[in-house]
Amino acid sequence: MRKYIIKRLLQSIVILFFVAFIIYALMRCLPTSYVEAMARQKSMQPGSKSYEEWMEQLTAMYNMDGSIVSGYFKWLGSMLRGDFGDSWKWTVPVIEKFNDTVWLSFVMGFVSFVLEILIAVPLGIIAATKQYSKTDYTISVIALAGISLPTFFFASLLKLVFSVKLGWFDLYGLVGRSYDQLSAFGQIMDKANHLVLPVITLVVVSMGGLMRYTRTNMLEVLNADYIRTARAKGLSEKKVIYHHAFRNTLIPIVTIVGGSLPGLFSGALITETLFGIPGIGFTSYQSMVSGDIPFSMFFMVFTAILTLLGNLIADILYAVVDPRVRIA
Amino acid sequence: MDEYKDKMEPSTEEVKEEQYSLSDDRRVKVLSPGALVAKRFFRNRLAVTGMVILVAMFLFSFVGGILSPYDQDQKFYRIDSQAKDYAGVIKNEEYRYTINDPVLFKSSVHAQALKAIIQKNDKFEYDGNSYSVEKIGDVDAYTVSSGGNIVGIASKELVNASVEGETLSFDFTLGAFNAYAKGDKAFEAEGKKYSLGEDDVITDSSGTEKAYISQYIVRPVMSDVFFSREFKNELIDSVESGQDSFKYTDADGVEAEYILKYDAGKKSWSVKQEIDTKVFDTYSAPSKKHWLGTDRNGMDMLTRLMYGGRISLIIGFIVVFIESFLGIVMGGISGYFGGWVDGLIMRIVDIFFCIPSMPIIIIIGAAMDAANLPSLTRIIYLMLILGFLGWAGVARLVRGQILSLREQEFMTATEACGIAPSRRIFKHLIPNVIPQLIVYMTMGLGETIILEATLSFLGLGVRFPFASWGNIINDVNDTFVLTNYWFIWIPAGVLLLITVLAFNIVGDGLRDAFDPKMKR
Repeated sequence: MRKYIIKRLLQSIVILFFVAFIIYALMRCLPTSYVEAMARQKSMQPGSKSYEEWMEQLTAMYNMDGSIVSGYFKWLGSMLRGDFGDSWKWTVPVIEKFNDTVWLSFVMGFVSFVLEILIAVPLGIIAATKQYSKTDYTISVIALAGISLPTFFFASLLKLVFSVKLGWFDLYGLVGRSYDQLSAFGQIMDKANHLVLPVITLVVVSMGGLMRYTRTNMLEVLNADYIRTARAKGLSEKKVIYHHAFRNTLIPIVTIVGGSLPGLFSGALITETLFGIPGIGFTSYQSMVSGDIPFSMFFMVFTAILTLLGNLIADILYAVVDPRVRIA
Repeated sequence: MDEYKDKMEPSTEEVKEEQYSLSDDRRVKVLSPGALVAKRFFRNRLAVTGMVILVAMFLFSFVGGILSPYDQDQKFYRIDSQAKDYAGVIKNEEYRYTINDPVLFKSSVHAQALKAIIQKNDKFEYDGNSYSVEKIGDVDAYTVSSGGNIVGIASKELVNASVEGETLSFDFTLGAFNAYAKGDKAFEAEGKKYSLGEDDVITDSSGTEKAYISQYIVRPVMSDVFFSREFKNELIDSVESGQDSFKYTDADGVEAEYILKYDAGKKSWSVKQEIDTKVFDTYSAPSKKHWLGTDRNGMDMLTRLMYGGRISLIIGFIVVFIESFLGIVMGGISGYFGGWVDGLIMRIVDIFFCIPSMPIIIIIGAAMDAANLPSLTRIIYLMLILGFLGWAGVARLVRGQILSLREQEFMTATEACGIAPSRRIFKHLIPNVIPQLIVYMTMGLGETIILEATLSFLGLGVRFPFASWGNIINDVNDTFVLTNYWFIWIPAGVLLLITVLAFNIVGDGLRDAFDPKMKR
């Protein structure tokens, strides 16, 4: 087991090495005029460094003078030391801005993730146990609709109904107008209130996939021999499904859920942008659109690490949870 | 025996068809695998619904655009009345001075003259000169003379030149005031004859209007506008009677409404002209002419939706085609050859799975923005990038299938026949992967359409003048549109949703139909 984990870890590091190289090469391929124009624009901001300083820092950081390969290694070196440079847009060190924003995204992502599991898994199981019934069709269509629903359209609909027509929530932002006058508890409630619509959006858009996954796996389990045996023993249908089948369905579900955990840190780019929630997704979107190279580079590497970590966790969990899986 | 034979022999010709032996193929209706799949697919009512939606959507996008009477970037106009600043009216409430002798009637004398008028003195002394003040008739105008000569006039009512910028001589002004005060119809000044007509208008001998006497000064806002006498009279009448607005038809027959507004601070009236101007017919509500209204640029929404669907579907198909092509080639090679080739390609696939594609597309989109690429080039780049970033999934699928297929007997047979590897891969292996591929591609189409729409929504994908469902919904970023104009964004969103949903349903249906193990 340990050997397997070490092997996968090393593999991931190699992949990360190449992904980072691609990201670096992409940045080097950006037209110089674009980079210079962006740096010039950023230097106009209050509190920002001067244009020359930015370009100097950029050249030093990404070693623009050297070839792509040598420059990449130097950049890799500074990255390993945790030095990602200063953000152009936010005019603070990249890591500082990252720390400011990532936790909000995580909280939002975690809440919607829990809700998603609580809704999707039971519905998927119900659909599978009643295959080809009306319930099954309804749930399948709902799941497909969730997958097919464009995030931005759904978010706009929610805004129209709940913000504009009913006036329950604000259209944008994380805090209301009177945030500063509220008590500590009131401030938390205000923030929670502003997160309701984004969380609903995230849950509805993402639950379809998990629902279908649960249904497919549950169907597979229900067709297995041991379920037939359980039924042949004369166990009640309830016991068959919730005791024998459910536990076995959990294996793939736990794997996929574990694998999604790191992704919670990468934020929800579209949803955060639409609702103006200053999490890591919205922040990086603004950075990317405004040509903030240091922050964008950091965010891309960070996302790549999270993806790899997710795959790694999923693979390891798969081996841990399912005793039938033997790892050579 | 004969009896038995008789029983077996068909007595009539009609039943002959049903008399095949048990081993005869014709006894059973044989269906090709394709027909079986089709049969299973068409039994799935949901999938058929999806198929119908897709066909409808294709007709809507590709045929609708041809049938629509409008073009995708045809702009519509409407006549809108706009109020423009037109004129200013000032009522003169102070004495103004008309000067004959600038030395004797200099500005410091003006104040003295005013004092004398208010105190009702006929004489005053100033700076060693003596002046006399005399009222002209019963008009609120006074002549100021010194040493027997009239040096100037102080008056509330003014003699204004009809032609802007023309200065009137003092003699003329004096003559005009005299005639005005006495109620004369004519006067003479500088050897010319003038007549004072109705509305206190002074015309010269040829009948041309030269000046008018009025307490009001009317000035146009724009220098190229000339006010006719009738207009001025109409305007002043309205001012005096305290009306808010009046209508006036000018010499060219154009009727316009004028709105008066009094500014107490400046003691003046500003006049706005309401004229009909041609503007873009933006955000007009659904009507017979435009079934879904018009958008921000005054273009027909329904037509935009049709062309938008065309672009969205074309982009979806091309991207999926690029993805599949790369994926099949890479996956095919990897799965067939195995060994280090497989290892290498699969690591590349791993890397591509790990690349954060959304940030990369956004950054490239922003860089393309800065480079001001033409809209069509953008679309081409967008398709290439999406296709290039998406092939890994197909490669993995193809490889997995091929790994299991190549161990089967028919592959051994091809090897035994000595068929070339490339032919074996593309002629015998790939066709067997096609069912899974079709399912994957159908679902991938939906995904690509959503991705493209999302990018266009963010303003990083398809750009104006091209329409795509995503950039049509983009307007909703304007809260005013979100609140007031449902017809701008809801139809596009619904079309997007049902199209993607239909692709997914059809993909699901195909998967079930291709799967021989399926129960129904």
